[in-house]
Amino acid sequence: MADELMLEIVTPERVLFSGNIEEVTIPGTEGEFGVLLGHASLLSSLKFGELNYTKDGRKSFYAVNTGYAEVTGKKVTILVESAEKSDMIDVDRAKRAKEIAEQKLDKLSKDDPEYDKVKGALDRAEARLKIAEKK
Amino acid sequence: MAALRDIKRKITAVQKTKQITRAMNMVAASKLKSAQMRMENFRPYAIRFMDVLKSLALRVDPKTHPLLAVREARKIRLICMTSDRGLCGAFNSNILKLTERFIRDKKADGLDVSLIPVGRKGRDYFRRKITAVNAHADVFGRFDMSLAVRIGEDVIPSFISEEYDELYLIYSEFNNVAIQRPVAVRLLPIPSVGLEEEVEPDKRLEYIYEPSEEALLDQLLPMYIRVLIYRALVETAAGENAARMMAMDNATNNCDEMIDNLTLRFNKTRQAAITKELMDIVGGAEALKG
Repeated sequence: MADELMLEIVTPERVLFSGNIEEVTIPGTEGEFGVLLGHASLLSSLKFGELNYTKDGRKSFYAVNTGYAEVTGKKVTILVESAEKSDMIDVDRAKRAKEIAEQKLDKLSKDDPEYDKVKGALDRAEARLKIAEKK
Repeated sequence: MAALRDIKRKITAVQKTKQITRAMNMVAASKLKSAQMRMENFRPYAIRFMDVLKSLALRVDPKTHPLLAVREARKIRLICMTSDRGLCGAFNSNILKLTERFIRDKKADGLDVSLIPVGRKGRDYFRRKITAVNAHADVFGRFDMSLAVRIGEDVIPSFISEEYDELYLIYSEFNNVAIQRPVAVRLLPIPSVGLEEEVEPDKRLEYIYEPSEEALLDQLLPMYIRVLIYRALVETAAGENAARMMAMDNATNNCDEMIDNLTLRFNKTRQAAITKELMDIVGGAEALKG
């Protein structure tokens, strides 16, 4: 079918997904946004978070790291430094990362330059755990 | 008789060496395959990334960005990429030679050079010769984009704060399995030439930018540096294994040659010994007849 939205998720390691979809929700830095066929051309940076798309009525979830999304009429290209499909996420590792980050966070004051870094790690671990539950 | 046993022992030793070199050859071959696959897989990302960057560079004049600021060069920084392990022919020494020459030339021009070695061989080589800003060793066993991000953190903020004025990268370009060429490229300030190339007409659409064009460019340019660093990492990993594969293939062939020569010598010596013994017996019998 010609009138379908094409989605590509590309990481430095490989092309993670490439195919026609109905709808995609993207975690932009300025807020989450959905893209349907015929969306205006757009270039947005992404923040760490959940990306999901609907293909044949079924949703798939991905945890994506920072990167960019380029939308042109019929095509969405997601360029991210790393991405994981929800069923590929290593839950144990995410849990460990979360614990470590929580412990570190307890010891740090808010003014510490490390604080933001650790907080970011904690947020990412939590986001990954949440996405891992959706299958 | 002792000589005979010595030769035999030597043959056994060379045979064992050959087993090792052949195994290393095969390991390198399989690692090369996966490294080459990585290079292949990275290409779509790099191409699309350049497309995005170019279409953005058309819209925003990138010349004002701090990462493009050309300053009079006084201090320069150098990333030198070698492998972590040896036994890969002239792979590392080629890079080190180029780096050494590069540093010498720059110092002759009165420039101050600081170094970031990536890979253990480079770090060890320069350890006592030049002060390293930060070294990344033992990284090639397993690495991903986050390594390029870490290296980027060593160079990008300090360039903006004018700690140094120019950044170069020396690595081995992977031409093919037989040829890896060490090259020096300038990373910072970003040469704007690459950004001004023609872009396909359909890429020149009106875009919505989130956040603003300037803010996006602010993020894309450091990422451009990371992409270049990552590419160099991947090519180094592939080149190392290609070089090792070739070196070990040569070594295996040399072992074969040595075994042939030694076997020949062994047989000759053995025959000489038998002849000598026969002569002795015959000589003894003759003497008895006497």
